Parts: sequence; structure tokens; C-alpha cells
Amino acid sequence: MSLIQITRGGMDLAAIRERLAKSQGRRYWRGLEELAETPEFRALVENEFAPGVTDWDKQPSRRRMLHLVGASLGLAGLTACTKQPPEKIVPYVRAPEEVIPGKPLFFATAMTLGGLATGVLVESHMGRPTKIEGNPQHPASLGATDVFAQASVLTLYDPDRSQVVTKGGRISTWVSFVAEVSRVREGLLARKGAGFRILTQTVSSPTLAAQLGDLLREMPEAVWHQYETCNRDEAREGARLAFGEAVQAVYRLEEADVILALDADLLGSAAGAVRYAREFARRRRPYDSGASVNRLYVAEPAPTVTGAAADHRLPLPAGEIEHLARAVAAAVGLNVAQSGTSAPAEWVKAVAADLRKHGGRSLVVAGDQQPPIVHALAHAINDALGNSGRTVVYVDPPEAGPAAQTASLKQLVEDMKGGRVETLLILGANPVYEAPADLEFARHLRRVGLRIHLGLYEDETAAQCHWHVPEAHYLEAWSDARAFEGTVTILQPLIAPLYGGKSVHEMVAAFSGKPDRAGYDIVREHWRQQYRGADFEEFWQRALHDGVVPGTALRAKKVSLRREVLAVPPSPRGEGIEICFRPDPTIWDGRFANNGWLQELPKPLTKLTWDNAALVSPRLAERLGLANEEVVELRCGGASVEAPVWIVPGCADNSVTVHLGYGRTRAGKVAAGAGFDANRIRSAAEPWRRTGLEIRRTGRRRRLAVTQEHHSMEGRNLVRAATLKEFQEDPHFAHHGAHEPAAEMSLYPGFRYEGYSWGMAIDLNACIGCGACVVACQAENNIPVVGRREVARGREMHWIRVDRYFEGGLDDPDIHHQPVPCMHCDQAPCEVVCPTGATTHSAEGLNQMTYNRCVGTRYCSNNCPYKVRRFNFFLYADWATESLKALRNPDVTVRSRGVMEKCTYCVQRINEARMEAEKQGRRIRDGEVVTACQAACPTEAIVFGDLNDPASRVARLKAQPLNYGILTELNTRPRTTYLARVRNPNPELERG
Amino acid sequence: MQIFHPSTNTIAKVSIFGAVFFIAGLLWVANEIQRSSYMTGVGVARPQPVPFSHKHHVSGIGIDCRYCHTSVETSSFAGIPPTETCMSCHSQIWAESPMLEPVRASFRTDQSIQWTRVHDLPQFVYFDHSIHVNKGIGCDTCHGRVDQMPLMWNVKTLQMEWCLECHREPERFVRPREEVFNMNWQPPKDQLALGRELVRKYQIRKLTDCSICHR
Repeated sequence: MSLIQITRGGMDLAAIRERLAKSQGRRYWRGLEELAETPEFRALVENEFAPGVTDWDKQPSRRRMLHLVGASLGLAGLTACTKQPPEKIVPYVRAPEEVIPGKPLFFATAMTLGGLATGVLVESHMGRPTKIEGNPQHPASLGATDVFAQASVLTLYDPDRSQVVTKGGRISTWVSFVAEVSRVREGLLARKGAGFRILTQTVSSPTLAAQLGDLLREMPEAVWHQYETCNRDEAREGARLAFGEAVQAVYRLEEADVILALDADLLGSAAGAVRYAREFARRRRPYDSGASVNRLYVAEPAPTVTGAAADHRLPLPAGEIEHLARAVAAAVGLNVAQSGTSAPAEWVKAVAADLRKHGGRSLVVAGDQQPPIVHALAHAINDALGNSGRTVVYVDPPEAGPAAQTASLKQLVEDMKGGRVETLLILGANPVYEAPADLEFARHLRRVGLRIHLGLYEDETAAQCHWHVPEAHYLEAWSDARAFEGTVTILQPLIAPLYGGKSVHEMVAAFSGKPDRAGYDIVREHWRQQYRGADFEEFWQRALHDGVVPGTALRAKKVSLRREVLAVPPSPRGEGIEICFRPDPTIWDGRFANNGWLQELPKPLTKLTWDNAALVSPRLAERLGLANEEVVELRCGGASVEAPVWIVPGCADNSVTVHLGYGRTRAGKVAAGAGFDANRIRSAAEPWRRTGLEIRRTGRRRRLAVTQEHHSMEGRNLVRAATLKEFQEDPHFAHHGAHEPAAEMSLYPGFRYEGYSWGMAIDLNACIGCGACVVACQAENNIPVVGRREVARGREMHWIRVDRYFEGGLDDPDIHHQPVPCMHCDQAPCEVVCPTGATTHSAEGLNQMTYNRCVGTRYCSNNCPYKVRRFNFFLYADWATESLKALRNPDVTVRSRGVMEKCTYCVQRINEARMEAEKQGRRIRDGEVVTACQAACPTEAIVFGDLNDPASRVARLKAQPLNYGILTELNTRPRTTYLARVRNPNPELERG
Repeated sequence: MQIFHPSTNTIAKVSIFGAVFFIAGLLWVANEIQRSSYMTGVGVARPQPVPFSHKHHVSGIGIDCRYCHTSVETSSFAGIPPTETCMSCHSQIWAESPMLEPVRASFRTDQSIQWTRVHDLPQFVYFDHSIHVNKGIGCDTCHGRVDQMPLMWNVKTLQMEWCLECHREPERFVRPREEVFNMNWQPPKDQLALGRELVRKYQIRKLTDCSICHR
């Protein structure tokens, strides 16, 4: 078989591999196209605007051209004649207390994902929630958020949300629904609830659990099922295997010197990931003399943000993880059954030795998608190393009524099939889309006599139900929820339901015969009963204000390892190629499919937008002759689905990874046509990994909107990295070979900054590439979504992008992330070329963009070496959709067509802080101005502040020897600089 | 043979010469229109749903600006009073006046009164009342003698050149903080001396960077 294939303009993986092997020194690269130097890639790099951007659809004739030029010149002047349209002022009739027009208020609440809460503070402008920030007091947030929380405010205003109660697809009302429910309820009570089933997603709400408990007491024959795709069945079962009870592991990463993640996306998708990322990054500060740097080993089938942060990353098929865990367990002295591992022996030896050396300060973590035995082995290893109670503690599950969800769903399907289900109440779940295809949920659902669905969207499940009730978004409803370690937050609404949505509490109340109970009364009443203290009102107000209920964190439990776990025989490996199913890094299990911000956010590792793909390793692609974007048929256990291929360096060989959540058929306009539905080849028995995958080529292609080659700076010493040893020997390594011209080497006179001088430092040691900054910036600065076609043309509008670089070979590269906002150069190339003076330098060092002056020549963008300027080729901002108007940040202009824009260092926040400080007659304090990207960052990688203040955090970071600017040889003198990355590899495993 | 009559030369010369004046004239006209009250609304009283008279309420009764414009010292927006504020007096005084029916209707029906904005900046300009008030810019510096206006009108163009007059030379306009809400305050003869003193005292900076107002 020939090894030469044609991919995206022709490239030869074997030749790339050879070239990489021969290349000298460190080399950072972004993608295969770059390595292959395909003509398309060259063209992309050489033109600021991708080819085709400025082309006419039809070449006009000379005469037509003259017409157009003349007419535009003539008409251009006329646009200035527009008179400003008159505007109305609409004051309150009765002004609410606390609201000062023009001043936002912040309210504490929480967002749940997988049932577990992340505390947030929501910015509200006169009753409109516009921006989500983390809640510093909440244990799962610590002030930061993930991409989902940042984007959730867009879902609130999504015009595609379901807006009305429907019966049989026709518009109905809540009142008629309630009438029907009370009729049904009478019948159910008579039968003690026989034939009544409730299906929820994972529930951690104490109030909902109590409500359902009451309902089930009334109707003892009824059954409550829980199911969502990304459940934690395996982890719970693993704990049961290891300890005899389903405890939840809570990690203390700050205490761990050595961490081994067994296919565990601890920093990305795990419960508590935002907090874990913070704790992890706190131990990645090599410049901080007080702190020792931790070491992270990761074995995983496809790269995740955790793998990219690792000091040693081992690409390993998911099915091999158990065998690796067994080998490591044996090497730390446990007597477990061995099965031979395909991981290199020296890797296992070195990892085990490192773990042992740091006994009590090390940690082994198994991923939620790994089978129970891997979790049990991880618990056993932690137990043997004395980590239990130190780097990992065990608590009762924070979920209410924790159950094996896949088994629970299977039982429901069995009962539906057997005609034992008469009434099914689906609360928020979307099983018709989510359930593994082999359960044939939709087919059996039709046998249920009365099907009722509560959901944010009229989704796949709603379409199969008799009744659909619009659900209230979490920003519209009262509720409560627990964090991953148990702390309760009472969720308070920021706005009345936009579309008359109902919360789960109100639905359950309707079935309990109390249809008029408001969510507020239900939640408050529950807590009043729980509260044992004197002054309930004070407790209630404080809990709402702080966003946490004090003293509700679950207490660490004493657990003891069952020795039998060591005797469990190894699982069979399975034949052929394996396929792994994973939650999507941006749209999760599909619930965010209609969220444009998340669809357009490049996936952290693949830089793919608006699509999922079959991720394969370069070796597998070579062997099967696959090319990027080639559509293949994935066939598994009799089912098949068609998927485009994307070759990802660092994927394990013989393993294909697909992300869930795509291929939605009834998710809304935004999600339409995005990706393929991987659930179609999942099975209930093997929800996360199947073997015996057949890959059949179809000969077709699907163009993917991948941003990895966009805005390329052609690898000019942009990422700088070294090992801890190299850093200790030579702290200034980041500056070797870099040319930094002296300040006076400029024809232009320098600026003097007498007041403030703003600057930003981005710590590449901390950055995990999660993308929270990108979405936070989009929310704060009213950045539009452009859609798949425009992204494919290189026109994404994000003001901050996260560049991902590979270093080293094709099969097992190191991975680096580099967030790139505007550099706010002191000698900015963009400023001097603007013919209208729309981009200018401020007295505080900002590189300002004045939209109302911009006429769209794009000279500035052409002249920007960092490629951080974004142009509105069309009217990207949605000016028409009514609901989206309420979403916008009133402090930032909504840009129109033909205008250039870019990162402003959140100048609206600077101005606000400056005015507050001046009113009080003082200087702005360090940390008072927090940019949106900085606020969202889980790892505190972004630090912003005043460079004129030598005591500011940013000034101190910039004084570090690791601090470097990019493309400084151009004498641009950037204000955004980076702290070079220092990895802490095990000397025994270091590459030769 | 001569194609053109000799007079054509003169016509050509005159037309070329005249074109300069013609174009200059066009530009002048455009400029005049742009600055005219037709465009800026200077001196044009705006009709309102209720003919509210600042003259009556401010100079007649002596109500302070901040009684209604409550957030002027703390927020970017000075604040337009809720109907409730009007009704706090007008449930007692002129309680039957037909002129005030829209106010009572608003209070009854919970529907806001829709006022026409008089001082209307473009959407891309971010003005903040609180900082100006705190730095000693009087209400009437921008809004004129509101206490003498039966209906509101603009006295200033609100064009950028006008903003910059003060942003470049604040000493010409600044007054003591305690005089900000005083409609009768007259600048002293040596305003420049006072201004320079206040600029120093209030630490007023000449903020002419674009991003101060545009963002």
C-alpha cells in the first residue's frame, strides 16, 4: 500500500515525519499543512486576508467599475446627511430599590452541568443579565468560570428556545396543561403511581430531591429515573468496587507533587475542573521561589487540555489504560493481576518510582469515561501510596439519589417495551437524542400513553411527546444545587421567564397537586424546614448574597479498601480499532448545540469549529490512507455513521475519538447541519468505548472550519519553553537568540506615560488553553458570531485567540497554548498607516480603535504582525433579533459592517475604574481593573495592570527573567508579554 | 479653421476660476447645514407628552436638580424621575389638572411616560455625568439656563468640537464643586485664574484620548 496521500492540497505524512526527525533544535508547528508547506498554507500565510476575501463574485467591466466608483463617491457624502433619529427615554413608573440606571448590579447564583453547580456572579443592567463572572466564594469557581458558564447567558436569550406550551404540536396553555395533569394525577393516585415514570437529568438539588421524595411517597409504585450522557456511572461503580460504597473522590491538587491522570480530563471536563485547574496552576510557578513545581503524567487516547498541560503525555488507546493502571499498581507494590501493558516499560517504571518517592504527596486519577476497574485501581494505588486523606478525600456523592444512570435508562426502556409505562414525565432530559442508539428509545417511547416533556428547546424528545412545556433557564428560575464537593448554592433568577418557562420544581409541584406553587415558595419553604437556627430571614438573605450556604460542604469520609479489588481479573482487550466517545469540549453532550459562541469557539486541541470529526492519529491515517476532511463511514456493532476525518498529532494509534453532542436534528437554527451524531454508534453496554471499528472510505469530503492555520505568525520564536533544569541553570533562556532593539531605534518620538501605563502578562506555565477567555471576551465586548462559512474563510471575530502549537514528532508531540490578544504596541505598526486616524495611541499606552472614524481600508490589519485585528466584512452583529438586543453590554459599541475592531484591554472597565478612583481622589488600585479574559481564566494565567506601579502584580511578573515579548525584533515594543513555559519532566524520561 | 469662438477662452477661464468658488461654496453650505440648528437642534424646543416646565419647577419652586435627576452624582446617566416622583407632589397639587392626565394615567396603568430625549449623543459616545459633576462642571455649562426653559431645548451642539473645547482647556469652564448645581453662578472675571487653580485642586486632566469617550 502506498503511504503517500493527498490531503488538503497534497501532503505526504511519511515525508513530514522524516523532515521533523531531521529538524534541529526546538521546532513549534501548528498543523500538518504547515509542515507539509502546502501551496494553500503558503497562500494563507502570505495574505493577510485569505484568498477569495476581496474577490468579486462576478468580475465587473471597466465601464461598470467607473459607474460604481462614481456612485459610491457621490453617495458616500450623502450618508453623512442622516439626521439622528429621535430617541425616547422610558423611566420607571415606580423605581425599584437599588437600581441605579447606568450602574450594573451583580447577583450570586450557580450554573449546573452534569447536575453539579459552579457558582457565578451575574452582571445585570437594569434587569437584563448580560455577563457571567465566577463567584470567588464558591468552591467550584473561586472566581473563575468555564466556557459553558460564560456562554450560558446567550442560551438565555436564544430566540430558538421553546416559547409556548404545546399539546400534540399545537399551541396550548399552562392552564390546560395543569388541568390535564390534575386529571392524570387522580388516576395515578388511585393506582399508587403504577405506570408513572419520571426521567430527570442528574439531580443534586436538595429541594427537587425532597419534592420527588414526597411525590414517590404518595405514589409508591412510580419510579424516578435519571439519565444524561455524560454521567459518572463508571466512577461511582469504581468507588463501590474499591470501597464497597459509592463515594465521590475530591482531589486536592495543590497538595500533590506528582499526578498521574489515567485518561482523566481533570482540568477540562471533570466535575470541579475549574477549581482543579486553579489548584494545578498554583503549583506551576517556577519563577516563584517559594513554590515547588508539580509534575503531571497523562495517558490518554486523544489530546485534552489536561494532556496538553502534562510534563509527560503518553498517547494510549482507552482500552489500554486499565492495563497501564495494573502495571503501575504492581510497580508501587500492589499484588494485582497483570495483563501486560503496551506502555513503554521505562515509562511505567519511572512514573511508579516518582509516585512512590512522593508517597502521600502524589495522586492517581481515573477519567469518568474509564471503566470501574480503572477507578478502583486508582483508589487502590492512592491507598497504597498513603494519598488517601491527603491529596484525595472521599465524600458522599453530592447527587441526590445517585444511581447507575445507563442501567436506569435501560430499565425504563425495558418497561416501555413491555407496556408497563403509561405516563412518562421527562424533566429537562433529551433521551431521544442522547440515549445510545441500541436502546431504540424513540421507538419504545411511542408505546407510552402520555408523554410530557419539559425542556429549554422543542428538541428531538419534545417532538415525540404529547405535551411540551418550555423550561425556565437557570437565570430565570429559583432552585438549588450542590457543587462537586457538596456545597449548596441557592439559585436565584436574574430575570422573569422570557417565555413563561416553568422550572422543574414547578412541574413536580403540578404533579403533586400544587400547580400554583411558585418556584420561590417551593425552594424557600424547603430551606425554612431545613434551617435549625434562630433567624431564617438572615440565613436566607446571606445565602443568596454570598451564593453559598455555609457549612454544607460534605465531610470527608473514612473509607477502607476492599482487598478483593486487587483480584479482579483483567478485562479483555477487544479486537481491532477502538472508538472512544467523549463529551465535546465546547458543546458538551449537545445541550449547547444551539449556542453560537460555543459552536464558534475553536476546540482547544483540534481548533475545529462548528463540527465534530473522527479524530485519528497520523499513523492510523497513514495505514488506512485517510486524509483530513475525508468523509468515512464508521461502522460498529451493526450501526454506522458518516464522519469527516481529522488527523490529530498525539492521538493514540489504533484508536479513533469522536465527540458527542453534534448531529442534532431539532436543536435550532444555529445547530442545524453541524456535525454528525456519534450516539448512533454508541451502545448502552459500552457507552464510552467500543472495539472492532470498521472504517470505510466514501470518497467524499466535508470542508471543516478549522482555525489552526489562521492568523499564523509563521513560527518566529513565539512559544518559548524549557525544562525546569534548563531554567534553573539559565533563567534567561527565553531571551537567547531573540533580538530586542533598543527603544531609541525608532524614527518616531517615544511616548511618555505619566499617569497609568497598562500592560498584560500571560503566563504560559498556567494557561491550559481551555478557551474561557475567548468566550468571556465575546460576551463582554459584543463580539458577533460569523458562522461556519465565514470561519472557513478566516474571518472569525474573536479578539483573543488561543494559538496551539505542537513541538516534536508527529506521533507524540508536546502541546503548547498561547493566548494572543492585541499587543498594544508602544510603536504600533497599525497606528501609522491609518489614513483616517481611527486607530491611535493613548496617553496610557492603549492602542485605541475608534469605530466611528474607521472607513474600513484594512491597512492597519495588513500592517499588524500579530494578526489580531478583525474586520466586519458583513453585518455580522445581529441587529434584528429582538431578544439578542437585551444581551448586549451597554458599555461597548455594537459594530457595524465595514469597521475594523480588536482587543481594547476592556477599556470600558478601565474607564469605569478610573472614574470611580477619581471621584474618590485616589489612584486606581492594583487589581481594580480586571479584564474579561483575566476574570474568566481558571488558572490566573492572565494578569493585567499598571506598569508604572512597580509593585503591581503585572509589573512584578514582567520583571521575571521568563518574561518575553513576541516579534520584538520588529521594534513594536508590545505591552502584552508572555512568561516562557517551564516544564518539569522526569529526568529519567527526558527525550534524548 | 477655428472650431471654438475666441470668447470660449474667457468662458473656460471663468469656469475654472468659478469652479473653485463653486466647490468652496458647496463645502461652506454643507458645513453650515451640519452646524445649523436644523441638524443640532440648538434652540429648538422639543414637544413632550407632558409639557413639563423646568422654568416653573426650578426657578419658580426652587427644586434642586438632584431631586429628580437622582443618579447624576453617581452614575453615567443622570436619571429621569419615575412617575412616582411626579406623583409625590401631584397627587396633592394640580391633582385634577387635565395637563397632568398622562402622568396620572402612567401611575394608574403602570405604563411609563415616554419622554423625547433632548440631549441625545450618538450611540458610539459614552458620556458619564458623575465624573463631570464631581470635577466641577456645572449643569448649565452644557445644558444652559434650564431654569429659564419652559420646554427643554439644546443650547449646545453636542458635537465633538464642542466637547473638545473643554477637554482641551478645562480651566475655561470649571467651577467650584459647590456651585455645580447653582444655575445663577457667574464665572468671575478672572475665570482662567480660578480655573487653573481648580484644575490643580481637583486633579483635572486633559483627557483627549479617543477611548475616553469612544469604546
